[in-house]
Amino acid sequence: MTERTRVEVELTVNGRSHRVRVEPRRTLADALRDDCGLTGTHLGCEHGVCGACTILADGEPVRSCLMFAVQCEGMDLRTVEDLADGDRLHPIQQAFWENHGLQCGFCTPGFLMLSAGYLAQNPDPDEEELRAVLSSNLCRCTGYQNILKAVRQAAEVMRG
Amino acid sequence: MAPGYYTPAFMKPAPFDYHQARSVAEAVAHLGEYGYEAKILAGGQSLVPAMNFRLARPAVLVDINPLDELDYLEEDGDTLRIGAMVRHVTFERPVTEGPTGRLLAMAAHHVGHLPIRVRGTFGGSLAHADPAAEWCVIALLLDAELATRSPSGGRDIPAADFFQTVFTTALEPEELLVEARLPNLAPHTRIGFQQFSRRAGDFALTMAAVALEADDGPVANARIALGGVSDRPVRAGEAEQALEGQPATDESFRAAAEIAAQEFDAIGDIHGSADYRRDLVRALTRRALEQAIST
Repeated sequence: MTERTRVEVELTVNGRSHRVRVEPRRTLADALRDDCGLTGTHLGCEHGVCGACTILADGEPVRSCLMFAVQCEGMDLRTVEDLADGDRLHPIQQAFWENHGLQCGFCTPGFLMLSAGYLAQNPDPDEEELRAVLSSNLCRCTGYQNILKAVRQAAEVMRG
Repeated sequence: MAPGYYTPAFMKPAPFDYHQARSVAEAVAHLGEYGYEAKILAGGQSLVPAMNFRLARPAVLVDINPLDELDYLEEDGDTLRIGAMVRHVTFERPVTEGPTGRLLAMAAHHVGHLPIRVRGTFGGSLAHADPAAEWCVIALLLDAELATRSPSGGRDIPAADFFQTVFTTALEPEELLVEARLPNLAPHTRIGFQQFSRRAGDFALTMAAVALEADDGPVANARIALGGVSDRPVRAGEAEQALEGQPATDESFRAAAEIAAQEFDAIGDIHGSADYRRDLVRALTRRALEQAIST
């Protein structure tokens, strides 16, 4: 297999431009972590099952291990680093803290971004739909109940 | 990590050349040039996992995500025309007023998970041809026509001829699926959709989609399509015939479901034996028929 040439891609992540040189096969998740230095996005399964790498692309939750960086020029990409405002946690982060919505924390960035994307479009979710949405991602510590509690609380806080 | 079945040495795709298509004509020209070496990248929710596992190693990817010309829904007389790049999430709320829109919405909620539905596309799912994919079963149920473009023109392929076996369609290497045409169901058609999977969001072990007319009278125009039983989506033709002209009762639904269960040599694999799948066909077909008549 011949060495493929790298291509220059401009990624817009959390409002900042990152010019990166990547092979076309570079997944967005790897580009975010290794080329942009944003290691808040976690990689679990790398085939779209676990959801740890969930980020927002143009406001919608996506698996960043199932996209290539070369596809993402011009997209508004948001990662977990975008949530907190300095030391002030985002309401979803605060709610995860207060409700013990995490233990080891590996899956947390994915759950936070999934919830952020979903709540932005569904500020007052019904229980059944919320459970279906949160079943997108894997958590092996919490048993999900505290994650549900956290997202319900966050929704309430964000509605004001 | 030791290499072996489903134990890849790398969770990274093999190198490939990447082309971002700016028009359908350009995408088709790339397919004409590279043939079997090329793969179309639509939503990527099945292709990219296969590439990460190196089960798929296309030398060339032709990305059709920029093609807004393939992202449309149009009602054209009695036909719903769906552009190949319409994302699954679009169908979560009915896209038409009649039963076709409602049926698509019922099925949409079973397609993967929200982040998968945001990216995955209607056309991509059809072209991938997983025997347990919701859109493949619906396309067969509705006798959809699938329109393609190729360097030499294009053609329309009936759904019944399109799905050939697991992950295999009638598409030629230089052919791009551009549109699915779904004949709208008559307004009074009743519909049901049932599936069983071990975990939410997984591909179903088995699914049943039904459509029938039964206003104050016997059943007419009964359609039953099944996924996950065979190497492709299938119509339970004998069960459909058995229902025709029968009263819409539990008894006739039960009898039709039994026929559907016996109609195929169900596949057995690590996820479920053939007997188990036959049992699922029986239960899901009956439930889908009951659902259709009670809603």
